Amino acid sequence: MAGRQQVYSVCGMCSVRCPIVVEVEDGKAVRIEGNPKSPLKGSLCARGAAGIALEMDAERPQRPLIRVGERGEGKWREASWDEALDYVAGKLKDITAAHGGRSVLFSDRGGPFVDLHQAFVRGLGSPNYCNHDSACARNVQHAAKSVMGIGRKEVVYDYRNCKHLVLQTRNILEAINVAEANAVLDGMEKGCKLSVVDIRATYTAGKADNFYMVRPGSDLAFNLAVIHVLINEGLYNKPYVEAHVQDLDALAQHVATCTPQWAEGETGVPAAAITALARQLAEAAPGVIWHPGWMVARYDDSFHVCRTAYIINALLGSIGAKGGLPIANKPGDVGRKGLKKLVDLYPAPEEKRADGVGWRHTQFDGGPGLINLAYDAIATGDPYPVKAYICYRHDPLMAMPDAEAMKRKWEGLDLLVSVTFSWSDTAWHSDVVLPLSTYLSRESIIASKGGLKPQFFVRKRSMQPTLDTRADWEILCGLAKRLGMDKLAFERIEDIWEYQLQPTGVTMADFDAKGFVELCDAPKYREDAELKFATSSGKLEMISPKWTKAGEPSLRPYAAPPAPPQGMFRIAFGRTALHTQGHTVNNPLLAEQMSTNVAWINTARAAELGIADGELLEVLDARGTAAGRIRAFVTDFVHPEALFMVHGFGHRLPVESRARGKGVADQELMPGGLERYDRAGGGISMQEHFVAVRKAAARA
Amino acid sequence: MSTYCIVTDERRCISCKACEVHCKVKNAMPVGIKLGEHFTEGPVPGPNGAPLYRTLYMPCFHCEEPECVDVCPTGAMTKREADGIVYVEADDCIGCGACLEACPWHIPQWNEDGDKAVKCDLCMDRIDAGLKPACVTGCTTHALALVGQDDPRYEEQRKRAPQRALAER
Ligand code: SF4
Ligand code: SF4
Ligand code: SF4
Repeated sequence: MAGRQQVYSVCGMCSVRCPIVVEVEDGKAVRIEGNPKSPLKGSLCARGAAGIALEMDAERPQRPLIRVGERGEGKWREASWDEALDYVAGKLKDITAAHGGRSVLFSDRGGPFVDLHQAFVRGLGSPNYCNHDSACARNVQHAAKSVMGIGRKEVVYDYRNCKHLVLQTRNILEAINVAEANAVLDGMEKGCKLSVVDIRATYTAGKADNFYMVRPGSDLAFNLAVIHVLINEGLYNKPYVEAHVQDLDALAQHVATCTPQWAEGETGVPAAAITALARQLAEAAPGVIWHPGWMVARYDDSFHVCRTAYIINALLGSIGAKGGLPIANKPGDVGRKGLKKLVDLYPAPEEKRADGVGWRHTQFDGGPGLINLAYDAIATGDPYPVKAYICYRHDPLMAMPDAEAMKRKWEGLDLLVSVTFSWSDTAWHSDVVLPLSTYLSRESIIASKGGLKPQFFVRKRSMQPTLDTRADWEILCGLAKRLGMDKLAFERIEDIWEYQLQPTGVTMADFDAKGFVELCDAPKYREDAELKFATSSGKLEMISPKWTKAGEPSLRPYAAPPAPPQGMFRIAFGRTALHTQGHTVNNPLLAEQMSTNVAWINTARAAELGIADGELLEVLDARGTAAGRIRAFVTDFVHPEALFMVHGFGHRLPVESRARGKGVADQELMPGGLERYDRAGGGISMQEHFVAVRKAAARA
Repeated sequence: MSTYCIVTDERRCISCKACEVHCKVKNAMPVGIKLGEHFTEGPVPGPNGAPLYRTLYMPCFHCEEPECVDVCPTGAMTKREADGIVYVEADDCIGCGACLEACPWHIPQWNEDGDKAVKCDLCMDRIDAGLKPACVTGCTTHALALVGQDDPRYEEQRKRAPQRALAER
């Protein structure tokens, strides 16, 4: 690979997976920008720009490691790939011989490349494929299903044609998807109004026409009042509702007493402002997006907050509409054939899921289950023993509350494997670490992306790995071969690509021009008459029979969140554009940008406690255990009840010199939090915890 | 004759700092040195009480009459005839640091690796190849633009530009 080359590929610094072009010089990646032939037109976020620093960083697992000390002790022996894969395959054989294929659990962080993982898990005969989503967007997903009968990604956010965008728990300009951020800003340049509902002034709020700083945990009251105004003032889209909404009467009755005056008392937002917002939305309808959120594993009622977001969209007629939430097209919708799935290499297991999803918890989506509930099966053996756990690019110990409780549940495992490109708390606690090549030095299976213009895209290898790491397909197919799963034992990525493309009429050469292949020429919107929803009534359901059957009300009365005890705060966390959760904090270029987090604290509360801006604080959980030190950021623009920090800091591993000991980890402030989840939506309720602060200097 | 400058569209800028990172990668600058620096102020109360952030990406202004060039004893700090780009001719830089002090905003930075001054040259190799500077191309939201210095934003942004720290000095 001498000389200069441009390689079209796919970013892997976060789960968005933006299209990129990598400039390669003499076989080494030297610069990355957004794929100029994609809507990104060169733009790429800071993490994407810093990707080469990840590849060049030696502070990652450098070769396969097998644990020799206790779990988490950090004592390893280095192994060759053959030895490590033989070891893992041997253990898996023993475990499945004794406890069956179902005793293997696998989790990843979702995304467009999971077909390979699902195939591997099925090949083992296990139903226990999971992803991280109970600590992320499960409440949105289930809310979408409960109202529309389809998943959250089966509608598109049509920002460029939108007239009024409402962002609630969606910090769209800091928790970045590059294409989406640009689409939002383009829409605003064309006159789209932006309303932000949040507990603090994010950078997104800094661009809002309307900003509502709500009391943490009171979003549902806000939304119910908006619904109240839309119905009571007759502002909803009557022909649309007549045609597509089921049980409007029950909804009207449910919100009868949820007046804006009532909501003012709950949220702190003036009644007149709530009424005005509802009227503005009605004027802009159907070109309205009330965003249902992304990372909403926050409150006990987050599922209902998301549901009411979809309900407001339904009342305004924006579900299915241009400028609102049009239906995403799959290849079949534009007259094309989809990829051949690897998971279809094996029959679906008949065994029920260990996490109870689909049979114990009938309202939840079988696909990725609820990983936190699968851990209960490890601990209790109910419904059956789970003895092996493979974490693929997933760090549950940092992503979910109460690491100690999680580790105790994992004591029942005979094998814990991490497949990872960076160090993580979970990798450190594992029995075997299989180092994954970075996204620059691995290729991935072909991915299919729905949308107004559905497409296929592919990640190509831009350079060879600098460390002794391997691609995901090399690792999983290598294990498949050793386990006698011959159908999945591919030796070359080209063979996988060829398999996937079989029915599609697309060839690998078609990716050369742009790095992706669009399956139709123009965006395809559906006519109103074509709208039919995958619910039992075929309509948008205000009352979901599926949830009713599971014993969960679809219209839950509002319950005010408890106020923090005297002198305490409700913990709140969020994102920065500079880091992806915890896994980029040790990147040299990103650590230079932001090496620690700060604690946002309201000016009046800080004054009460005698805390000055920039002062070093200790944060204590509800039991009084200190989680580390952090500087105060004192501002009027955070709700007085909240203590906010960016997630992903407070690393403790000795192998991460730039991240170690910097800032505080919010998830350490949630004792017992693994058990606290939204029963209706499946999301973990991570902001249902209180914390205290004290000056660090005051420590005896 | 001065031609180019980079301006920030505050309506689009989201303070994500990708501009700094794109610059650093393109110019292979070590940790500690930023040829262009992004500044954010806020949140402050905006006109209607809603929060507001002020933002500015600040590479070199490529002054009409650059003080850094005037003080450079060897002529290493150069103003390119054709388009007014101010850049360091590295071979001629003796590392005296005069330009760092002379610039009203302390834009030239000190690179310990080589003991020389370094500064933004607007990615002139890219400009010569018909491309935009790396920060402009890479900016997450297309908030940056390469424009002529007759753009009204140039003077406005020069006026509110803060002084930069003298890196690694
Ligand atoms: S948002 Fe940034 S990190 Fe995420 S995929 Fe896109 S460029 Fe990469
Ligand atoms: S370094 Fe300073 S003085 Fe020199 S051209 Fe740039 S802004 Fe002007
Ligand atoms: S990359 Fe663009 S949007 Fe991000 S901080 Fe720089 S100028 Fe602003």
